[in-house]
This record gives sequence, C-alpha cells and structure tokens, in this order.
Amino acid sequence: MTFINYASREINCKIVYYGPGLCGKTTNLQYIFDSTAPQSKGKLISLATETDRTLFFDFMPLELGTVRGFKTRFHLYTVPGQVFYDASRKLILKGVDGVVFVADSQEERMDANIESLYNLEENLQAQGYDLMAIPYVLQLNKRDLPNVIPAADLAAELQRKGEPVVEAVASKGVGVFDTLKAVAKQVLTELRKS
Amino acid sequence: MHEQQFRQIEAVVAKLRNDASARVVFLVDKDGQQIAVNGDVGNIDTTSLASLAAGNVAATGGMAELIGEKEFPTLSHEGERESIHICVIGRVLLVVIFDDRSSLGLVKLRVKQVTPELHTIFEEVARTTKQATSDESFFAEITDEDIDSLFN
Ligand SMILES: Nc1nc2c(ncn2[C@@H]2O[C@H](COP(=O)(O)OP(=O)(O)OP(=O)(O)O)[C@@H](O)[C@H]2O)c(=O)[nH]1
Ligand SMILES: [Mg+2]
Repeated sequence: MTFINYASREINCKIVYYGPGLCGKTTNLQYIFDSTAPQSKGKLISLATETDRTLFFDFMPLELGTVRGFKTRFHLYTVPGQVFYDASRKLILKGVDGVVFVADSQEERMDANIESLYNLEENLQAQGYDLMAIPYVLQLNKRDLPNVIPAADLAAELQRKGEPVVEAVASKGVGVFDTLKAVAKQVLTELRKS
Repeated sequence: MHEQQFRQIEAVVAKLRNDASARVVFLVDKDGQQIAVNGDVGNIDTTSLASLAAGNVAATGGMAELIGEKEFPTLSHEGERESIHICVIGRVLLVVIFDDRSSLGLVKLRVKQVTPELHTIFEEVARTTKQATSDESFFAEITDEDIDSLFN
C-alpha cells in the first residue's frame, strides 16, 4: 500500500524481491546499497542465518528524489528464498506495491524458478493481490555463469504478462538499477492511475 | 493524511511520551512506514526500527494465527537499560522506547489511555483518505518526464 503523507509531503512505496534460494535477491540489495550516496539511503538491515542465507528479510530505504514536490522513498525488501520459510514470505508481501522476480539462469535451477513463481502467485493471492495486476519485473540473474539457459528460452518459460525482462549479473551490478527503475516506474505510473 | 490530522497525531504522541516518561514514542504503519515520532531519537535509525517493529508484529501475528489467536495486541521486550513496548492499534503500531526513568507498568497504562483517541483519529484518517483518493487529481498530473527525472 503506497503510503502518501500529505503533511510531510512524502510518498513511500514497498518493493519486494522474490525468487528461489540463492538466486541473488540479497545481492541486488547489497549492490544498490553499496552504490548509492549516503544521503539517499538508510541502513541495510539483513536478518540472516550464520551462513548468510536470508532468514526473515533484508530491508533498505532508498530516496530517489522528488516528484511534484513529494519526496519519493522506496522501501526495498527481499524474502527468504528457501522453501521452508514460506510463512515469512507471506508476511513480507503484505502491503507490497511492486515485485521483482529474480530468476536464477542456471539450468539446474529451472525447477526452483518455476516453483518459486507459483509460490509468489499463491502468496500474493493470499494477501489479496493479483500478479497480473501488480507492478512486476522479471530479472534473469547470473548471466555470467557457463551453464545458463538462453535468455529467450528462460523468458518464454517465466514471463507471465509482458512484464519487462532484465538480464543481470547482480554480483557485478549489471542490470540491477535497470531492474529497480523498471519496477519503480510502474509503481509510480500506478499511482497516477489511482 | 492531512495536515490537521497529522498535527493531532503528533500532539497525542508527544503527550504520551511525556505522561509515560518514555524516551521515544513512534507511530508506525503495519507495513513498516513511519508516521510520527516524538522524543530523544539520538542516533536511533528510526526507519530501520519502524521496519523491524512491523516485522516483529507480523512474525508474532503469524505465530498467533498458528495457535488459533487473532493476534497478540501488545509486545514487550525488556533489556538491561532500554526497553520497548509495542501496541497494535488497528492498522497502526504504537512503539514506546523507555529506560529506568519509567516502567513497563506505567507505559502500558498510558498507552491504554491514549488508545481510544488514536483509534478515533485513524478512523477519521481512513475516511478522509477514501474521499481524497476519489477527488485527488494531483497524482494524475505526474508525467513520464517526472518519473524519468527521478533516475538521472
Ligand atoms: N556468478 C554469480 N553469482 C551471483 C550472482 N548474483 C548473486 N550471486 C551469488 O549467489 C550467492 C547467493 O546470493 P544471495 O543474494 O545471497 O541469494 P538470495 O537470493 O538472497 O538467497 P536466499 O537469501 O537464501 O533466498 C552469493 O554467493 C552471490 O554472490 C550473479 O549474477 N552471478
Ligand atoms: Mg537473501
């Protein structure tokens, strides 16, 4: 739910990075955090296991600037991708304005991508959202690895509704901001429609 | 939310902080967005705190459901020096940070006393927001250029 505060002239939107375990959700946030100016970001909070797997969520607030005098702030969250953390994933989707699905391009992760995408659809539904209606971007991550499925084939399998598809190497920052921009744009466009 | 409602909320939060002898009082949306804050924030990262408070309430709410409860309306965490008390008021969380100048009993009492007032204000906010979204044409005027300019 976009939170518009007319008194302090702020727009706050919530973006959630979703996808299977180890696909690179946390890496996306880490890169955004590392490459934005201190004055436009807050802390990066990571609730992670001792082995750096996301346990509950990662969170970082990011200020992009002003639109018509309103400060726009994006709250970026990642979910834990491991299958058994489903209850936490459901909670994090509450109040979401836009979703980035981070797919792992490696052949052996195809089933995990599909399972996670179904899981996203179900969990959105449980919260009263429709994947077909919500601002949404598909990121094809880990394009640098040798055993990847061709981007076109991957997109054919995972694209749901003509959403933007961004090829990425999150660990090097490739495609990370293009992804964020694509989803943020849709969220703000949605605001205009409402 | 409009200017006057915001001032009203700020006044309630300020009064609560004073009456409860608390260090800081926050109002946070259930999704983790900060609404108002009063007190000695010091170097507390309030945005992170708001997000974690919401995560905390969401997680315990999830546990409540699993054991057949609707939700746990209050949460308290007592530390050696600093403590935190969270109270769920509809869609909003009231977060009180206090130290040994106060006590959990006092904080709970004061929070209980302002709860009805906050309920009333937020019902009013919800009502006027509904109206506002139907006749607020401001956002309809956002252009593609406005959006693009954010990313330069
Ligand atoms: N080669 C390569 N490695 C990547 C890329 N993106 C992420 N990684 C690596 O993949 C591993 C997992 O990345 P994370 O960002 O922690 O994955 P996650 O999706 O947050 O995983 P969970 O928290 O378990 O859901 C890390 O070792 C990253 O460095 C990429 O584009 N290329
Ligand atoms: Mg992670």
